Amino acid sequence: MTATLENDTATEPKAGEIPSFEVTLRVRRHLPESAHGEDSFWDEFTVLAHGTDRVLDALHKIKWEHDGSLTFRRSCAHGVCGSDAMRINGRNRLACKTLLKDVNPDKPITVEPIKGLPVIKDLVVDMEPFFASYREIMPFLITSGNEPSKERLQSAEQRERFDDTTKCILCAACTSSCPVFWTDGQYFGPAAIVNAHRFIFDSRDEGGSQRLEILNDKEGVWRCRTTFNCTEACPRGIEVTKAIAEVKRAMITRAF
Amino acid sequence: MQTHQYDVVIVGAGGAGMRAALESSGQVRTAVISKLYPTRSHTGAAQGGMCAALANVEEDNWEWHTFDTVKGGDYLVDQDAAEIMAKEAIDAVLDLERMGLPFNRTPEGRIDQRRFGGHTRNHGEAAVRRSCYAADRTGHMILQTLYQQCVKQDVEFFNEFYVLDLITDHDLAAGEIPDDETVTATGVVAYDLATGEIHVFQAKAIIFATGGAGKIFKTTSNAHTLTGDGMALAYRRGFPLEDMEFFQFHPTGLAGLGILLSEAARGEGGILRNSDGERFMERYAPTIKDLAPRDIVARSMANEVREGRGCGPDKDYVLLDLTHLEPAHIDAKLPDITEFARTYLGIEPYTEPVPVYPTAHYAMGGVPTNVDAEVLRDSHNVVKGLYAAGEVACVSVHGSNRLGTNSLLDINVFGKRAGRTAAAYAATASYTDLPEDAAARVVTQLEEMRNRPDGDRVADVRKALQETMDANAQVFRTGDSLNQALTDIRDLQERYRNVSVQDKGRMFNTDLLEAIELGFLLDIAEVTVVAALNRKESRGGHYREDYPDRDDANYMLHTMAYRRPTSAERTADGRVDGFVTGYFDHVEEFDGYKVALGSKPVIQTRYEPMERKY
Repeated sequence: MTATLENDTATEPKAGEIPSFEVTLRVRRHLPESAHGEDSFWDEFTVLAHGTDRVLDALHKIKWEHDGSLTFRRSCAHGVCGSDAMRINGRNRLACKTLLKDVNPDKPITVEPIKGLPVIKDLVVDMEPFFASYREIMPFLITSGNEPSKERLQSAEQRERFDDTTKCILCAACTSSCPVFWTDGQYFGPAAIVNAHRFIFDSRDEGGSQRLEILNDKEGVWRCRTTFNCTEACPRGIEVTKAIAEVKRAMITRAF
Repeated sequence: MQTHQYDVVIVGAGGAGMRAALESSGQVRTAVISKLYPTRSHTGAAQGGMCAALANVEEDNWEWHTFDTVKGGDYLVDQDAAEIMAKEAIDAVLDLERMGLPFNRTPEGRIDQRRFGGHTRNHGEAAVRRSCYAADRTGHMILQTLYQQCVKQDVEFFNEFYVLDLITDHDLAAGEIPDDETVTATGVVAYDLATGEIHVFQAKAIIFATGGAGKIFKTTSNAHTLTGDGMALAYRRGFPLEDMEFFQFHPTGLAGLGILLSEAARGEGGILRNSDGERFMERYAPTIKDLAPRDIVARSMANEVREGRGCGPDKDYVLLDLTHLEPAHIDAKLPDITEFARTYLGIEPYTEPVPVYPTAHYAMGGVPTNVDAEVLRDSHNVVKGLYAAGEVACVSVHGSNRLGTNSLLDINVFGKRAGRTAAAYAATASYTDLPEDAAARVVTQLEEMRNRPDGDRVADVRKALQETMDANAQVFRTGDSLNQALTDIRDLQERYRNVSVQDKGRMFNTDLLEAIELGFLLDIAEVTVVAALNRKESRGGHYREDYPDRDDANYMLHTMAYRRPTSAERTADGRVDGFVTGYFDHVEEFDGYKVALGSKPVIQTRYEPMERKY
């Protein structure tokens, strides 16, 4: 690769580089300790962004250069820790995996907390109800008898059977995109079912019946109305709705 | 303010912390305090695998693994510890499988294994398949599996609680140095992020499992939250930090971003190329080429760029070529990292090589411990009731350069050991009274920071720190560059006294906590640079262009860095507080304290140091 020779102005972008641009973020704020009290409000910030910047970079820029009180969770910043699920232009995504250039930066980008969980401050919601549902489906390997002295055997095909649902990072993007969950906070929600699926279809596990019993509850899998929001929202590309359907089918046939 | 009493308090809920919790919570009353939800911990970002000589796919044994670890660490590894780790690796992997970890499988249904950098057959003959893996999300699977087991065992967590102080009965940093008396850790002070409330935890045993400090650098694979908290807290109480000059730069960070692309990419056949399309690692490591240890590959890449064979418009990176691999193979073995290339750089790895450059990845150094995870307060005495495991600790199994996969191994082997020894100690020990004002230091610090008039921005000071560390203390270092870094850090420490926060609230005040974390980063960067300046040799991850050779005669010792009061005097033979002399007699004065260096012998068992060739 060779550099172009037509660098007559200092601001000329390099070959292949996306130029810097201004972007406006419309952020849903919630600052209970401020004069706003429990009332949420919209706040707008305009920052300079660079070619491959993500929504998280823009939020950091706001926090670090404009308003230190803007509050959100984040950690790994590359889509594996699950801290920064939020509603970006009306769709649940991870802020660290969403490039600004991919969400039409010509117009203000709206950023809101995920729905269905109590908002604590700005984009931070109370995750406890979400984790409580997760814990309820017994998200751990259940076996009986003595432990083997070496590993349990499992074929590559058996391993493949539940590979998709092992990818879950518990970010809540799916559960908080589900209309059933919005109206009925008691519903287990897609993430808990995904994590039940991960064990129900693991050939080493013996707790499938117990989990199916739990999910057969009135707040269990049957509440799912197959709107596919969860599948679209999943930043890990898990086929969430399909996993829920497989759990439903297992419940009818007890074949897993 | 609330107070709690637990037999064992574990600080940090990544792999090491949760592995420890699984051991201790069944034995004694245990609490895990974490500044993140456990599943957000950075263990989850580890990709490639966890080595253990299972010999599932080809001949292997733990002795070869020990040798590779020792050689990989450029002989600064404590060989007794490396041997324990390599031996216990086998059970550590089997433990995880029995807990449900979905490892990839061989055709026979056993745990599959693949090649990884620096792991070889029969003392360096050729690369060996030793890494047990779950696609390229092994760390994610370990973190999830350990959390699942914690849910099963009903482990008690305090999530989004920041531990901001370690309480001890002697403050060594204030000069309270007992000669032969015991020094005991008695509790921690934590800050509940959601409410801003202070919680004091009294404990018989405390385990630090707080992870690394990668955010002292600008280009890093580390999470925003890896700010060296545990290291800094121990150091501020006067406990030493060991081998802080050794920081690993992972060869394959996404260029410009630092996001990690696993070494598994090369384990599965990926090749590094320069602007001539040359497989340059053939020149630097003729036998194992692209699978040489990370320090060697990172240096080779940086050297290619320096000599003008870099790629791209600024010739500032090299290329990781996967295009000769079958797309189906890439999808099966490397799905996540290829997605990173697509998402963040818009590169399709099936058809285009991926721009990569070294990224700050792992602290080999940390809080010194013995093989039972007990923290040392000098080269031989332990601190009663204080334990450390994982990246925060320095056992030292990684020496001056960690081999790939050995960190996931470290957290499992030494996390387990820490949990066991801490629980056993707590079962017989009694509580030590806390001072009346145990939380006073933290409360004062927080209030002072919150109420400061408008001053410097936290983000500006942090950025300046990260930039000087990248420019002056990265893959290549010289006395001049390190002195520049030290000058900058002194200036930044001064500016830090005037940084202010905008958020004055109590609830979820991340603005305030970022300011506190910056203090940790500055202290860790300072120790790193002081230790790097003193080590006038090149070894593993520490490369001094002005001293390009390894110098076993003078530097085959671990560095121990101690924070002491300015008033601490040198003894007649030149020592400060009884530390050894020789090449580690350096004392660096700062405003209000000094950093005194000492050393600790390297434990050598069966391997004589040799020249390191691959």
